[in-house]
Amino acid sequence: MLGFLERPVVVTADINLNVVALTAVGLLSRLWRLAYPRAVVFDEVYYGQYISFYMKRIFFLDGSGPPFGHMLLALGGYLGGFDGNFLWNRIGAEYSSNVPVWSLRLLPALTGALLVPMAYQILLELGFSHCAATGAALLILIENALITQARLMLLESVLIFFNLLAVLSYLKFANSQKQRPFSLRWWFWLTLTGMACSCAVGVKYVGVFTYLLVLAVAGVHAWHLIGDRTLSHVRVLCHLLARVAALLVVPALMYLLFFYVHLTLVYRSGPHDQIMSSAFQASLEGGLARITQGQPLEVAYGSQVTLKNVFGKPVPCWLHSHQSTYPMIYENGRGSSHQQQVTCYPFKDVNNWWIVKDPGRHPLVVSSPPRPVRHGDVVQLVHGMTTRFLNTHDVAAPLSPHSQEVSCYVDYNISMPSQNLWRLDIVNRESDTEVWKTILSEVRLVHVNTSAVLKLSGAHLPDWGFRQLEVVGEKLSRGYHESMVWNVEEHRYGKSQEQKERELELHSPAQMDVSRNLSFMARFLELQWRMLMVKSDDSEHKYSSSPLDWVTLDTSIAYWLHPRTSAQIHLLGNVVIWASAGLATAVYALLFFWYLLRRRRCIWDLSEDCWLRWVLAGALCAGGWAVNYLPFFLMEKTLFLYHYLPALTFQILLLPVVLQHVADHLCRSPLLRSVFGSLVVAWYSCACHVFNTLRPLTYGDRSLSPGELKALRWKDSWDILIRKY
Amino acid sequence: MLCATSRLLAARTATALPSQPRGRGPGARCRRRELHFPGHPEVPLSEFLAGRLARSSVSASRRAILRRGRMPPAVGGGPAGSELRPRRGRCGPQVTRAVGPDVAAEPAARSPKRPARGSRRFEAAGRWALLALVTLLSFATRFHRLDEPPHICWDETHFGKMGSYYINRTFFFDVHPPLGKMLIGLAGYLSGYDGTFLFQKPGDKYEHHNYMGMRGFCAFLGSLLVPFAYLTVLELSRSLPAALLSAALLTFDTGCLTLSQYILLDPILMFFIMAAMLSMVKYNSCANRPFSAPWWFWLSLTGINLAGALGVKFVGLFIILQVGWNTISDLWHLFGDLSLSVVTVGKHLTARVLCLIVLPLTLYTATYAVHFMVLNKSGPGDGFFSSAFQARLSGNNLHNASIPEHLAYGSVITVKNLRMAIGYLHSHRHLYPEGIGARQQQVTTYLHKDYNNLWIIKKHNTNADPLDPSFPVEFVRHGDIIRLEHKETSRNLHSHYHEAPLTRKHYQVTGYGINGTGDSNDFWRIEVVNRKFGNRIKVLRSRIRLIHLVTGCVLGSSGKVLPKWGWEQLEVTCTPYLKETLNSIWNVEDHINPKLPNISLDVLQPTFPEILLESHMVMIRGNSGLKPKDNEFTSKPWHWPINYQGLRFSGINDTDFRVYLLGNPVVWWLNLLSIALYVLLGSIIAVAVQRGAHLPAEVEGLSQVLLQGGGQLLLGWMLHYFPFFLMGRILYFHHYFPAMLFSSMLTGILWDTVLQLCAWSLASPFLARGMYAAGLLSLLLGTAYSFYLFHPLAYGMVGPLAQDPRSPMAGLRWLESWDF
Repeated sequence: MLGFLERPVVVTADINLNVVALTAVGLLSRLWRLAYPRAVVFDEVYYGQYISFYMKRIFFLDGSGPPFGHMLLALGGYLGGFDGNFLWNRIGAEYSSNVPVWSLRLLPALTGALLVPMAYQILLELGFSHCAATGAALLILIENALITQARLMLLESVLIFFNLLAVLSYLKFANSQKQRPFSLRWWFWLTLTGMACSCAVGVKYVGVFTYLLVLAVAGVHAWHLIGDRTLSHVRVLCHLLARVAALLVVPALMYLLFFYVHLTLVYRSGPHDQIMSSAFQASLEGGLARITQGQPLEVAYGSQVTLKNVFGKPVPCWLHSHQSTYPMIYENGRGSSHQQQVTCYPFKDVNNWWIVKDPGRHPLVVSSPPRPVRHGDVVQLVHGMTTRFLNTHDVAAPLSPHSQEVSCYVDYNISMPSQNLWRLDIVNRESDTEVWKTILSEVRLVHVNTSAVLKLSGAHLPDWGFRQLEVVGEKLSRGYHESMVWNVEEHRYGKSQEQKERELELHSPAQMDVSRNLSFMARFLELQWRMLMVKSDDSEHKYSSSPLDWVTLDTSIAYWLHPRTSAQIHLLGNVVIWASAGLATAVYALLFFWYLLRRRRCIWDLSEDCWLRWVLAGALCAGGWAVNYLPFFLMEKTLFLYHYLPALTFQILLLPVVLQHVADHLCRSPLLRSVFGSLVVAWYSCACHVFNTLRPLTYGDRSLSPGELKALRWKDSWDILIRKY
Repeated sequence: MLCATSRLLAARTATALPSQPRGRGPGARCRRRELHFPGHPEVPLSEFLAGRLARSSVSASRRAILRRGRMPPAVGGGPAGSELRPRRGRCGPQVTRAVGPDVAAEPAARSPKRPARGSRRFEAAGRWALLALVTLLSFATRFHRLDEPPHICWDETHFGKMGSYYINRTFFFDVHPPLGKMLIGLAGYLSGYDGTFLFQKPGDKYEHHNYMGMRGFCAFLGSLLVPFAYLTVLELSRSLPAALLSAALLTFDTGCLTLSQYILLDPILMFFIMAAMLSMVKYNSCANRPFSAPWWFWLSLTGINLAGALGVKFVGLFIILQVGWNTISDLWHLFGDLSLSVVTVGKHLTARVLCLIVLPLTLYTATYAVHFMVLNKSGPGDGFFSSAFQARLSGNNLHNASIPEHLAYGSVITVKNLRMAIGYLHSHRHLYPEGIGARQQQVTTYLHKDYNNLWIIKKHNTNADPLDPSFPVEFVRHGDIIRLEHKETSRNLHSHYHEAPLTRKHYQVTGYGINGTGDSNDFWRIEVVNRKFGNRIKVLRSRIRLIHLVTGCVLGSSGKVLPKWGWEQLEVTCTPYLKETLNSIWNVEDHINPKLPNISLDVLQPTFPEILLESHMVMIRGNSGLKPKDNEFTSKPWHWPINYQGLRFSGINDTDFRVYLLGNPVVWWLNLLSIALYVLLGSIIAVAVQRGAHLPAEVEGLSQVLLQGGGQLLLGWMLHYFPFFLMGRILYFHHYFPAMLFSSMLTGILWDTVLQLCAWSLASPFLARGMYAAGLLSLLLGTAYSFYLFHPLAYGMVGPLAQDPRSPMAGLRWLESWDF
């Protein structure tokens, strides 16, 4: 019973001092003088604004990546007590005292430091020697570009951390698969793999490439498992289900979780609202919600409404009309109907109000009880301020001659019949008798006489139209397009009979508050869709580069320059490491194909075990490099050197793999081996020397003289800033 | 491992062909049929007609094993079905051991007992008759009412026009390689079309012009698709019903029919794609007799067809990828075959390099040689090409150019960017819109020749007319400060610290000033690249840079297309980054100066490789320039397989003759279903085999066909479909049709297999036969009936639109997005 008392309590601590030491130097290199410089460095200006939004709980939309990375950075701000009050507008601006620079930069630096011991672990798990593993860690340690990137408030080092974590935990999982499947350890590493993958994707979309790589490797392993006939069918099925759950379901849930937290955190309306739909905007606190709260839900005959175009491109705008008429003759000689202009106007305006009228009845007020408008009903739209009817007819539109002109019908000066009946088509209806709802319903207005559809053409009218956007009747409506769909944004039941009274009513702001919330999934889907649709302006940047420049390090980025001295932070890689990592990849590929061809002819150079290790290391390291590098050739966005860092990290891991392989298998004699060993040492010292030389540019701590800076400009394409005195 | 497979196959042979004599060793039996008729359909027609589940015993992969002599002794143990496993690790000791017996068994295989001669001849005749029937039906459907409508339909306006250009020998530019249009031109020429029709816009009547030759040519190639599909499926599956089903799907598809009836590139492209596929399959089945005459024939024919496919449109690249993949895996197997020496493998490699790389490249280049030889007159495409290139074209003002050699003040010039496909420095009477830099006159680059491309070189400090006879001629020299005045609008080339319209960080370039009087921002230093100070500037030869004096930036073009306000011409900027790129280097092309004598210049004649490279650059640029605009309805790749929306070929209103390109929905949705079913069935079989399940003999053989033959077709479908998701250019519905051909063939194989599997699972052979025949017949008749319903789409219809109950298509508008 009390047997445990019979034996002494023994705690055996198995501490790998290598790991401890590597972690320590990693931390030292990344955390040293972290709060310096106390100024906005390069892309901090970009991420900083989102941190401020988080701190102030204001909604924002960033098309560059999912919110997890931004949230991690914001966590640093939260822990440091940042209130979000800082204007992120200029690189080099001094931080005010309320910005906790150290804690903001802490998280990227920590993740950057942990890369060092992780590199060590990965090589060990791949089955290589401690010597090779230490080598990998030491190479990561002295890679200038990784240090620079990790010491600032940027996301690359976080991304690389999760990438490596995914690979490491998958390897741990795969190794425990051989010993004890379904043990606690096995489950832990399997789940961690999935979580790390989703975190990587959550930080930046490019994380998806590493995720796919891990999935591919897991898929191959699973296929072998299926082929393993010593396992029972049930057991194989359990294995497969466990993998699907951990590598597909868990990441998907995690991804949703990021967005859930994000949307919970940023609940106030802000400057990015405009991009979102009315319904989404109404779900945020303040902003549109303040205006639309308390609006009646169902549009009835006599309702006063503003109609927003759902497409919202080139700018979000509302259906609008004003006193001016179309010019009699356009510049190109075509004629118009000379009736009142109808446009789409990107600002809130009293002229955006329209009244929904029943064609069969006269009054413009809502009867009691209100008679809701339903899908398929024929309505007239009356412009609130001018009391004219929305009309379209067989006259070419001003800028899109293939479509019909849309006007507000004027009964004098031109003898054309009025054609002002519109059939309501609710696009997102669930049943055919659905009622037209404020904000939620997306409707098409189909002209009864010509079956033209009211559409935003996207063209800007010339001066006579005050450069507002053109609205046309599209005759050949080919399928569904968002530019033909409108929704009611502001809405109230009209009460005033008289025109003057009505004008007053239109000018008065709308009402009280009740909130109308979208479900989380609806909000998530819309947000995700808009994030993917936001076009990044592919503008040339002074430091932008093409993927071809990265391998040879033909480019650099100036991050920060001291306001007075020449001290500067410059993103530059350790040239020796970059060159040898590239070389190692080439050597690996050559050797791989050589072995592959020889194996095909049944010449066994390597033992089966050694070969499998060699292949797995290549699949993960060379594969990691390829999947993180090659897709950039297809991307159309502006690219920078730092986009290469994830690929580079994988490439660096491949270096010791190749070196050890060469030493073990190609250096046959002991003499050759020792010569090779000393060469490696010499090469590493060389890399250290380069690290040391570039250190002032990495940390930005020391001002160099113009002469020294010129001497550092080893390539013509490096734009090292030299201050002219 | 392999022996078990052979045993099973042998057993199947026995069940399928009970009339054959038994009693030989199983290994020999399954080899027999194989060795006799490589590349020929093996199913006796009589058996097919009797509804028997006949199928040749040996599939392509099986033959591949035989060829390599890997057949282990027929009685082996080992788990069955391992044939489907990837073949790595095959060179184990037990395989090498197997070589001997197999070779020894070969003579025995040469003397099988044949069926009676007469019945064999009858079957062969039957097979030919079936092929002829399929071909005839295809031709009949394609040529029926070919002459209607007698006006231009859809893209005929482009390709007919380009055909005419070949007949008239005028130079033009198009984003596709020349072969397709050359063939159209040739067809027109041979049929007596004289190239005088203008092909201005869709709907124009042909009247007396002979257009039937060109349409007939396209329809001829389009009709051949069906027999090609028939033969390919027959070769892959060895099953007549499967081949017949595929052929029926294609014959009765209204989309393929419509696309084949007009002067378009698509029938030509699809012809080459299918021909390449067929010859590749044929060549695969010759693999047991390497270096024989048929082997060489099919191999080189594959190469020729590849060149044809690529020569018509760049999407021909996908079939090249497919053939490439097939070749690589083939070589990989040969390389792993230890019975072949490395030298033999080297020979195989060389043969493929010759036939599949060298030969197509040569032919492809040759089409360009012909293209440039035929088109020797100046035409609408000149401006897309460099000055040196234009000098080749008779009628171009650079042909045997006679212009003043050195630039002088007062010269009227055009300035062309050295980067390919950027064009001439251009300005016009339109201002930059509000909000985009300063509201001054636009400066762009423009690819066409135009009066607005003319500029006058003036001195920076005087506005006197240098052409005044009292002034002496003064030459412009390297390093001079000049002013460039736009001839038509008299505004100066100008730049300032405003952001360029599209490229951030670059400065805006405008036309500024009134009647040539501007400000100091109009001054540019003209420099010749790699030249010393003070040299004169030569027309055409000198590569010049224009450096803005005040800001120090360099005049260049970013190559980006301006939005509508800029008439979709290309952006011109002044770049502060002094990188040496071709975008900021220009040359002077036209040069008019009455005070200087015109002298004859021999412009640097470009060599053929340079022309070839240049025209490819221009085409690639043109292709990527075809971007969809905002607010425009564009066809998305996901629309295609579900037949979401068609294309109007002709006519809109109810009084017009309307032709609407839309796939036969029955065929297309069946194809879609088949792909899903195929993936499902394929993965079930693959997993079962990987788990080591023992498949019954019949299923084993069927799954071979499904995985090998069907796999090829699925790969073809994927290669011809998925890359479109990555393309940035504007896409149309008709881009899907090559993929559709592959998916129809896959459908044929799949349903044949599925029906056979169902039939096999039934106990009674009578029921099985009946079910099989019924299934097949209902598929065939269903397609034919749906064709009857939808044929007005292809052959044209007049009368009310489909909403109207009186319309011929009433009730057939199954999707709201179809607008006919």
